[in-house]
Amino acid sequence: MALQSLDIVRRSATTLPEPEVRLPVGTKQVSKLIDTTKCIGCKACQVACMEWNDLRGEIGTNIGEYQNPHDLDDSTWTLMRFAEVENTKGDLEWLIRKDGCMHCQDPGCLKACPSPGAIVQYSNGIVDFHEESCIGCGYCVTGCPFDIPRISKKDHKAYKCTLCSDRVAVGLEPACIKSCPTGALVFGTKDDMKQHAADRIEDLKSRGFENAGLYDPPGVSGTHVMYVLHHADQPELYSDLPKDPHISPMVRTWKGFAKPLAVAAMAFAAIGSFFHYVGVGPDETDDEDEEKAAKLAKELRAASAQPGATPGRQGATPTQEKAP
Amino acid sequence: MTDIVPPSAPRPGTSDPEHLATIVRYTAHERVNHWIVAMAFVLAALSGLALFHPALFWLTNFFGGGPWDRILHPLVGLIMVVAFIFYGAGKAAENRMEPRDWKWLRQIMDVISNREERLPEVGRYNAGQKLVFYAAVLCLVGLLLTGIVIWRAYFSQYFPITLIRWSALLHAFCAFVLISTIIVHIYAAIWIKGSIRAMTRGTVTPGWAWKHHRAWFREIMKHAESSRPRSD
Repeated sequence: MALQSLDIVRRSATTLPEPEVRLPVGTKQVSKLIDTTKCIGCKACQVACMEWNDLRGEIGTNIGEYQNPHDLDDSTWTLMRFAEVENTKGDLEWLIRKDGCMHCQDPGCLKACPSPGAIVQYSNGIVDFHEESCIGCGYCVTGCPFDIPRISKKDHKAYKCTLCSDRVAVGLEPACIKSCPTGALVFGTKDDMKQHAADRIEDLKSRGFENAGLYDPPGVSGTHVMYVLHHADQPELYSDLPKDPHISPMVRTWKGFAKPLAVAAMAFAAIGSFFHYVGVGPDETDDEDEEKAAKLAKELRAASAQPGATPGRQGATPTQEKAP
Repeated sequence: MTDIVPPSAPRPGTSDPEHLATIVRYTAHERVNHWIVAMAFVLAALSGLALFHPALFWLTNFFGGGPWDRILHPLVGLIMVVAFIFYGAGKAAENRMEPRDWKWLRQIMDVISNREERLPEVGRYNAGQKLVFYAAVLCLVGLLLTGIVIWRAYFSQYFPITLIRWSALLHAFCAFVLISTIIVHIYAAIWIKGSIRAMTRGTVTPGWAWKHHRAWFREIMKHAESSRPRSD
């Protein structure tokens, strides 16, 4: 029962079901809710993430913007993205989005990963990377619809937000949630978070944000990190949050039906060849062939002695002209 | 490159092939080159299949585990491509499809039923071998280009994600076509007795050349006769 207490429901590169007799009773799907309308961009969540996970990125350069570092990396698992957007009224809106793993219910990274158990999904919905099994191929990057996983230059392993799976497993909330001073970050069961979001959206609509809404994209069967957006009709305003994320059809084909089909076809080629050998048999050269070869060679020799003649065409290959 | 090696002159009428001259089909250079390509192919195919289907992940054990499989696969693939360039560069002309090759392909049932007496005469390579050549060229070009795009450690960062996804799919497709082709290629060598000797020791018997590549046999006999007059 050693690892079963982790309550893993899905492992990468595994074709059979996980142990599922011990399904924890009462465990609910969890979710983080990020209310962009309450976020002030203080980056306390970024700091808390670094602190809890012992991550210290390299010090970069300031290029005159608040966003720092400039992108997610192996030691930056969450990042405040700052977008300056001019709305239709000509006003500036500062749309700040805490970026990081969305913990898809149908994770593209897990689908693409070739290493058994390098990516797992727990019964509470959290998608976690198990770096000890990671081979560094980067297929998770190829599979992710949100451009989240980063391959470390130090150890060539993939890293991303764990949703503090270690904290959640012992009943604590993720580190970022604990640090948020405005209540923009909340954590709980997915049902509770949806209810909380619904209240927030109602409030936002009453205050003029008529397109306010919840971001829980159905293309990936919902996510375990959800956003409340003032402009839910235009998620791409928030530093290119995808409007309809889904696992790419190329990845679905590649790591879906093509996989068993191609392996079966290759096995069939080998088995078919073997049965050809058994059924039809090898094609051997016998003494008769050697004699015919010698005969043709002799005729060719004679012909080269008498220029103009074209022997052998009839003599050595009598059946050839009758070929269908 | 082809030449007659006369341990003794051909003796028409004899039934003992030991007394017939053998014909050089592949030079030592070609043979070594072929087997470098072949070994690189086997290693690239096994290390690639390991990452293609979970049921084959155990193949990573041959390469020292998952990360080593991931590290070695593209390098072995590069060796295969480079070695094949040397091998195939001079063979394009010999592999051009001719009308008799299309006829040969239409009679594929005669081919697989060992009825070569019904088939048109075959040059140095038959239509099947020519198709293997073209499949290898196209697949290797595809594998090289898509392989660079999905080579995460060095190159993927320079390409957009959509191209990476297409490349991952096309890389798998090219590999599938190439592996299937090579399975048939390997089997053909087992099926047509004398072929493995041609690629390991370099020579074939005149009977083998007469039976399987008669037009080529004529060509080299003519060449041998004109360039090397015999006393008998």
